[in-house]
Amino acid sequence: MRVLAEADLRLDAGPIDYALLVIYFAVVLGIGVMARRSVNSSLDFLLSGRSLPAWVTGLAFISANLGALELMGMTANGAQYGMATVHYYWIGAIPAMVFLGLVMMPFYYGSKVRSVPEFMRRRFGKPAHLVNAISFAVAQILIAGINLFALAVIIDALLGWPLPVSIVVAALVVLAYTTLGGLSAAIYNEVLQFFVIVAALAPITIIGLIKVGGWQGLVQKVTDQEQLSAWPATELTGIDNPVWSVIGLVFGLGFVLSFGYWTTNFAEVQRAMSAKSMSAAKRTPIIGAYPKALIPAVIIIPGIIAAVIVPEMAQLKAGDTSSGVAYNNVLPLLMRDLLPNGILGIAITGLLASFMAGVAANVSSFNTVFTYDLWQDYIKKDRPDEYYLRVGRLATVGACVLAIGTAFIAAALGGSNIMDYIQALFSFFNAPLFATFIVGMFWKRMTPTAGWVGLIAGTFTAMFVYAISEPSFGVKWLELPGQGASFLGAGLAFAVDVVVSVAVSLVTRPKPDSELVGLVYSLTPKEDRSHATTGEDAGWYRSPALLGGGVLALTTVLYVIFG
Amino acid sequence: MRLFDLRLIIAFLFGLYGVVLVVVGLGFTSEDDLRKAEGVNINLWAGVAMVVLAAVFAAWATLRPQFAKTDKS
Repeated sequence: MRVLAEADLRLDAGPIDYALLVIYFAVVLGIGVMARRSVNSSLDFLLSGRSLPAWVTGLAFISANLGALELMGMTANGAQYGMATVHYYWIGAIPAMVFLGLVMMPFYYGSKVRSVPEFMRRRFGKPAHLVNAISFAVAQILIAGINLFALAVIIDALLGWPLPVSIVVAALVVLAYTTLGGLSAAIYNEVLQFFVIVAALAPITIIGLIKVGGWQGLVQKVTDQEQLSAWPATELTGIDNPVWSVIGLVFGLGFVLSFGYWTTNFAEVQRAMSAKSMSAAKRTPIIGAYPKALIPAVIIIPGIIAAVIVPEMAQLKAGDTSSGVAYNNVLPLLMRDLLPNGILGIAITGLLASFMAGVAANVSSFNTVFTYDLWQDYIKKDRPDEYYLRVGRLATVGACVLAIGTAFIAAALGGSNIMDYIQALFSFFNAPLFATFIVGMFWKRMTPTAGWVGLIAGTFTAMFVYAISEPSFGVKWLELPGQGASFLGAGLAFAVDVVVSVAVSLVTRPKPDSELVGLVYSLTPKEDRSHATTGEDAGWYRSPALLGGGVLALTTVLYVIFG
Repeated sequence: MRLFDLRLIIAFLFGLYGVVLVVVGLGFTSEDDLRKAEGVNINLWAGVAMVVLAAVFAAWATLRPQFAKTDKS
């Protein structure tokens, strides 16, 4: 990230571009003000009153993940690794999203819990709940800060605003609309942001393709022909043996990392929990999976194109780093080279909007966990609902202030290494969490003690793998460049969590069956897990299973054509 | 909880963006701009696409209003 400021990325933004940007932020704040009128209770504020239609929650689900870190990072991967980057979208997301919708959503939505940690409390009791709620809240504040910092770096590089000014301005905008309208405002803005991002990326892709002479031209001009196929992705995994590389991808990325992220990350699951019915909640991640499967077309392809047509990128690819650009700069460079004023304003808006939506997703999931899982459960119980609505609003203010703080810490530590570090931190918690959830949902014998012991054992395993493979720690027992180490760490953490959970369960006392109804598969009557198929949930095209099968088939076809 | 219809907001924003881009594309496109985008008047075409998107959302919102049926919320 630091390199960014040195390279010449300054965009030639004109009055028209600024005007388009201002219009967008006026609409964003307007949504906050209008959403304010429909907030009457803490549930309205923190969970949109469980009233949103599936297409809205579905697009928000995907948009909350399509933050600018993702945009910049994946276009960068496209330039660096080529087609192999599609694994992050296809094997690394689609199966997990379908699984969340069809298998896990019935428990999340059916049990009427208000957050993922609350599910932990109901299933495993307080120790596991507290571990989960605190680690989630802390992680969200750290990530919000990093998002803010990255946003400020981009504004500085593109438009020349000083860093502290952009950090504070961006935090204030997020604060304004999330304090006013709560989750509804955050979700509405995420949907809007989705369309603006596509409107920004599609023209870049189209002009880029014209410039290289269409798809055929691109295929001929790519210097490293191996990068045109997605398998076996040895460069991406850092595993030289192609067979092990594929196994690492399928189990590490495709199973443990991706299922861990998509099924237990409350910032995502919250979007589905705010849907208006069981059917809509099940469809939320599945509807989100369709754009997720298709969006590499406007993210990865521009990356590959940039490596061919942007002179600095081509140099970097050939090993010449003298121009000072990094792979992270792909998107700003393409904007600089391809977009005239007007559409340039839309692209800048899209980039800034995606950073802000990322921060808003962190903040709006933080305040729910803080209000319901920490404040209401451990500090002040049994107050009237208005009290918790006020706590929710204050938590939003607190989160934004803390995020400004963590943004300056990130700024002081400087840049992209932090981002990798946080990614690693986050995967420490997700893989074991997924193991605990999946065993707990399908095995009623799993005990409360096993719940928290398993989590801690899994997390320590992942940390251990990280410690012995991270070069800067000096203990180099394991040499796995690329993503290999985090695939391995997540896989082992998952396995250790399962083994420890089973072992501990066999020697400790389980909860009585009566307390597990709605939380464990075998104890939940089928009708509680099914969705209505009448009224607004009627029609074959609203069947979650059919939609899920459809997106799996689509992904398979995409792999056959482009893999 | 009755929230306003998001489809109308999307229609409004992209309608406005679309019209602005079409005007820029038709009236204020220099040779330099064209050269940058490989001779494509990208403002014009992106503007037209956005107007179409806005029209689709406006039509959807009009044809199937949010709270038409008996809604429990």
